[in-house]
Amino acid sequence: MSQSYNRGLIEDFSRWREFSAGMWAWIFHKFTGWVLVGYLFTHIAVLSTALSGAAAYTNTIQALESLLVVRILEVGLLAVAVFHILNGLRLLFVDLGVGLEAQDRSFYASLILTGVIVVASVPTFLSGVSI
Amino acid sequence: MSTQVPESVEEESATETASAGKQKRDAKKRERAERVQEQREAEAAEKARSADDTYHLKVFRYDPEVPEKQEPRFDDFHVPYKQGMTVLDALMWARDHYDSSLTFRHSCRQAICGSDALFVNGSQRLGCKTQLSDLSEPIRVEPLPHSDVVKDLVVDMEHFYDQMESVEPYFQTNSLPDGELDEQRQTRENREKVKMSTRCIWCSACMSSCNIAAGDNEYLGPAAINKAYRFAMDEREGEDMKQRRLEILEQEHGVWRCQTQFSCTEVCPKDIPLTEHIQELKREAIKNNLKFW
Repeated sequence: MSQSYNRGLIEDFSRWREFSAGMWAWIFHKFTGWVLVGYLFTHIAVLSTALSGAAAYTNTIQALESLLVVRILEVGLLAVAVFHILNGLRLLFVDLGVGLEAQDRSFYASLILTGVIVVASVPTFLSGVSI
Repeated sequence: MSTQVPESVEEESATETASAGKQKRDAKKRERAERVQEQREAEAAEKARSADDTYHLKVFRYDPEVPEKQEPRFDDFHVPYKQGMTVLDALMWARDHYDSSLTFRHSCRQAICGSDALFVNGSQRLGCKTQLSDLSEPIRVEPLPHSDVVKDLVVDMEHFYDQMESVEPYFQTNSLPDGELDEQRQTRENREKVKMSTRCIWCSACMSSCNIAAGDNEYLGPAAINKAYRFAMDEREGEDMKQRRLEILEQEHGVWRCQTQFSCTEVCPKDIPLTEHIQELKREAIKNNLKFW
């Protein structure tokens, strides 16, 4: 028997309906991690406007904050950051070998907590900051 | 041509050439085999119809040796349900009553031999340990993902066995007791520590569920690491043997490839806390290399 049938990539990507908690936690952690890496560049770009004076920085911030889409994106950023932090704590406990039997529940807890914090932040973000 | 099947040759005339006679016999045999097969299938379908409760199985089929079966397909089998019927029972019923070419590995039927790990309804399970009544219909039975399919539900396990062998899955020690007939005693506490890890039956369900093992062929995989854990944590092996085992495990494609997706722990039919064992070996590896001077 020399032949064998390779089912290809379909077996990797089409199974997402059957993923369990640990797998979702891993996927979300990777995703939020990459989003945060991407945000880091924006963050540095905005901060470095302060190099050309305090007024330039204030103007940039005010211009950005006046845009509704930026404020909505900030809610998304908070969601991503909070989940990454909470799941990071969960992973820390997993690495320490503490509460591995509750790993699925701690994932759900971090999801719910992220949701609560994000919802609570929406009024503050959307009303905008008056500088 | 098989000589074991009794042939009816009375109709043949002596003047016929041998090859013509052979052809005729072959044709007749084929016809009879087809008739028997049809009859069997009809009987099975009749049985399935008359049963109070049937289960619908969709089974992955593929046979590289038959040109018509080289394109994988799913076959439907309606199996009459008996209380306590497992996926393996249903497959065996389908094989015995519908299609004798349906191929799958099985042996002990009691979750010890580790032969019949299958991909049932989207997760790796032992066929003999999975009750039909726990599954939603139609029940999809596929060979284990992330391994090459040899035929139908049989996958190539060679790579898995290689990974298992590479961690030296047997007891080794340098410190033997003095008397030749002395037993090598293990403390009860130590036995408790390795207890769960000894339950592995080499079914490859964890390896098949592991996303990392799928993408990295050199990764030892959960089963092999668990096997190494069983011996690394065994105090009777002694310090230098533990050192040797940790050196195998702390390589690039050893314990550090685990990203704690918990897939292996989820699917293990023997409920071995695989992720916990891998994480413990990671800590052991760090402790082994941390030096404060």
